[in-house]
Amino acid sequence: MNVGVIVFPGSNCDHDCQHVFQDVLGQSVRMIWHKETSLAGIDAVILPGGFSYGDYLRTGAIARFSPVMSAVKAFAKDGGAVIGICNGFQILLEAGLLPGAMLRNRSLHFICKDVHVRVENAATAFTGACQPGQVLKIPVAHADGNYYTDPVTLAAMQANAQIVLRYCTAEGAVTPDANPNGSLDNIAGIINPEGNVLGLMPHPERCAEEILGNRDGKLIFQSLLKAMKVNV
Amino acid sequence: MKAKIHVTLKQGILDPQGKAIEHALDSLGFTNAANVRVGKYMEVDVQETDKAKADAQVKQMCEKLLANTIIEEYRYELV
Repeated sequence: MNVGVIVFPGSNCDHDCQHVFQDVLGQSVRMIWHKETSLAGIDAVILPGGFSYGDYLRTGAIARFSPVMSAVKAFAKDGGAVIGICNGFQILLEAGLLPGAMLRNRSLHFICKDVHVRVENAATAFTGACQPGQVLKIPVAHADGNYYTDPVTLAAMQANAQIVLRYCTAEGAVTPDANPNGSLDNIAGIINPEGNVLGLMPHPERCAEEILGNRDGKLIFQSLLKAMKVNV
Repeated sequence: MKAKIHVTLKQGILDPQGKAIEHALDSLGFTNAANVRVGKYMEVDVQETDKAKADAQVKQMCEKLLANTIIEEYRYELV
């Protein structure tokens, strides 16, 4: 599989994503500078975490106008798999590829720690290697992860099983205390109605190999490979 | 023509910064201070002499970039 990792000015998890796909999962990776306009030959696109454009104005607000984003939009519209991680998720929201917006964390703090998320929908291209209800431990690192959308959109996402990951306790209970940032309905990750675009605040690329002491994040990427019928 | 633009979180959306400031004001003895909302203020010089045209442009700037209308509202004046 050819994975395209988009590199914005200020991206800082791009090489982690490259490492996981290339060295851990044995896939071919192309780093795509945000000024590029073609995704020819790319099978899946990753918008990595970081601080694109210094988070100026709003997180992701400027990156969404990068030249490459027109190609990403067309790619997503054609059904191509897109994953936005953390700042990548924020960019997908600003670009309108996923519904809703991010508010500052309820505590106003930058939160950098392991959290638990429950797989609410294991029948997606990004969670197919997980069990329904499986609890994953994945780190978050963000100041703006307090997901918000209007009640009508939330109800539609719930009805369509678009809420893929929710913050929970280690035992899998979705509680207010397990919510690190105040996110609506404990939302940690969502997909679009078509199911080919995923946005998530936790960083699976930071916990995808044994040497890091945690491989839970690998399941997200393995799910994608499974959906793309790639043998690992 | 200069646009003076204010962007704030919509009413009804929790503003954690506003809340923190409200608590700080309260602890300073300003117990009658309520509903603190934090926002952004931007100034943009618009190279346009026709006020109606400038108004339409600034509105587009706000809708497309300066505010995220899912969570924010904006207002501006042209001087």
